[in-house]
Amino acid sequence: MTFGLVQLAYLVASALFIFSLHWMNTPTTARKGVYAGVVGTTLAVVATWAEPSVGHHLWIIGAIALGFVVGIPLSMVPLTAVPQRTALSHAFGGVAAGLVGTAEFYLRLAEDPGYLTPFRMTALIAEIILGYLTFTGSLMATGKLQEVKWVPQRPVTYPGQNIINVALFGLALVIATAIAINPTAAWAPYAFPVIIGLALLFGVLLIIPIGGADMPTVIAILNSYAGLSAVAMGFVLDSKLLITAGALDGSSGLILAIIMCKAMNRSFTNVLFGAFGQVQQAKAGGEEKVYKSETIEGAAQVLEQANFVVIVPGYGMAVAQAQHKVRELYDQLKKRGITVKFAIHPVAGRMPGHMNVLLAEADIPYTDLVEMDEINPDMPQVDVALVVGANDVVNPAARSDKTSPIYGMPIIDADKARSVFAIKRSKNPGFAGIDNELYFSDRTWMLFGDAKNVIGELVKQLAGGSGMH
Amino acid sequence: MTSDMWATLYVFVLASFIGLGVIRRVSRLLHTPLMSLTNAISAIAVVGAILITGGDYPLRIRLLGAIALFASMTNIVSGFLITDRMLKMFKTDQKKPAANGVDR
Repeated sequence: MTFGLVQLAYLVASALFIFSLHWMNTPTTARKGVYAGVVGTTLAVVATWAEPSVGHHLWIIGAIALGFVVGIPLSMVPLTAVPQRTALSHAFGGVAAGLVGTAEFYLRLAEDPGYLTPFRMTALIAEIILGYLTFTGSLMATGKLQEVKWVPQRPVTYPGQNIINVALFGLALVIATAIAINPTAAWAPYAFPVIIGLALLFGVLLIIPIGGADMPTVIAILNSYAGLSAVAMGFVLDSKLLITAGALDGSSGLILAIIMCKAMNRSFTNVLFGAFGQVQQAKAGGEEKVYKSETIEGAAQVLEQANFVVIVPGYGMAVAQAQHKVRELYDQLKKRGITVKFAIHPVAGRMPGHMNVLLAEADIPYTDLVEMDEINPDMPQVDVALVVGANDVVNPAARSDKTSPIYGMPIIDADKARSVFAIKRSKNPGFAGIDNELYFSDRTWMLFGDAKNVIGELVKQLAGGSGMH
Repeated sequence: MTSDMWATLYVFVLASFIGLGVIRRVSRLLHTPLMSLTNAISAIAVVGAILITGGDYPLRIRLLGAIALFASMTNIVSGFLITDRMLKMFKTDQKKPAANGVDR
């Protein structure tokens, strides 16, 4: 009876999780999705807690309370820090799976070795390898995104890197197979921690050769791993709820990773083993190219006379905390009857969809946030493209220069607009370390300065009209 | 392999297809909240942690369970809260009356 009730609760929770993700298909129903998820999780937790085999309630209450203590502040981080928070939560998910797997192994070994069938052992080992690998890998990703001092930002490569990685992974697989076949062997309890150690090490080695520009893809891949480790835990515990939830998470990470890869014209293997983002040397030197710069007054005049303005935001906008000023500029232009759209590149932020959240926070209606593929056909009709803190995603070299590391990456065709204003803090190359031809185009005028200040000045000009100065 | 194990494999395959189908239709606007939501949902691994923490097992085993329980719970709490916080920000048009007041 109780078994039936618990299983029923799990079944309902699984269905609620599917609804939860289904409701994310439009912003109007998305919040309902969160509530469905909360109800599903609560149901499953209560049902499990009510199981007769579960005691030690103070321990459980303590751990849950601690989860709230840490979880609530983590949910209040600034939106620019959401990528780090997400990576950190993958680390938590990974370590939880790894620890449960470890506990299960030693527990069953001591009390019920018959439980450790080759099938369960295979799942259990997949669980701990994925779990611990996700743990250290995600911690490294968190460190890179948070720009922690001792985590190198640039990709770290050394000779034979991929061979060493493959060899270590192979070694882990050999030990894993041996344990899976013979979990009760006398050496098994000692070999098990070796697999854990290799998985922890492997997580670090996997992330250090990956550059900052690839972080959105890496977060998505780690998301997928975290989901798969939950699936593996489901196989060990024979829990269909865990398998369902983990599979949903795993496929979500997979789809996001594919979208990110396509948006950068890269393959999975290339992201994981390519060491992208090293400083480009081939093009240094050569003739000195010249920028044209424009004054705030001049730029404001051109903007005022436009009919159609497209703003291309990049992560630099968020770094400069300029999104609220951008919103004021948007209001000023809208007031004059000018059509204003935001062109969002899939990798514009530091994780999938990041830029949309940053702009939504600044109260910009999501109906004016337009995807790259949708805006590009309109770009030749655009009077002014205003590039704010974006760099590589508007670099025409991606279309034309076969030697460029970003060649083939789909870009927002800002260069096709009738005129381009690009706000840039300095003359340094962008996140991926590549020079941008757009800035030297004869239709482009540079506005040098901090994005927040430049936009603020533009707003002042537009608000004050010619009466200012 | 028992039929039970086959059943779990079926669940995995079918759930993966449902996942791919449902996630593909998620609005691109919402990919960041989607990630924090799936994060919270997959933290349902908390049930495994509860069974181990609450079982009549040696202390060190339960300790591992309790740490896992804490980690999963952190993901559940922060995942759902931050997803909702982000989703609240997505509005259609500032001119509609809904914007002046409620969510600020």
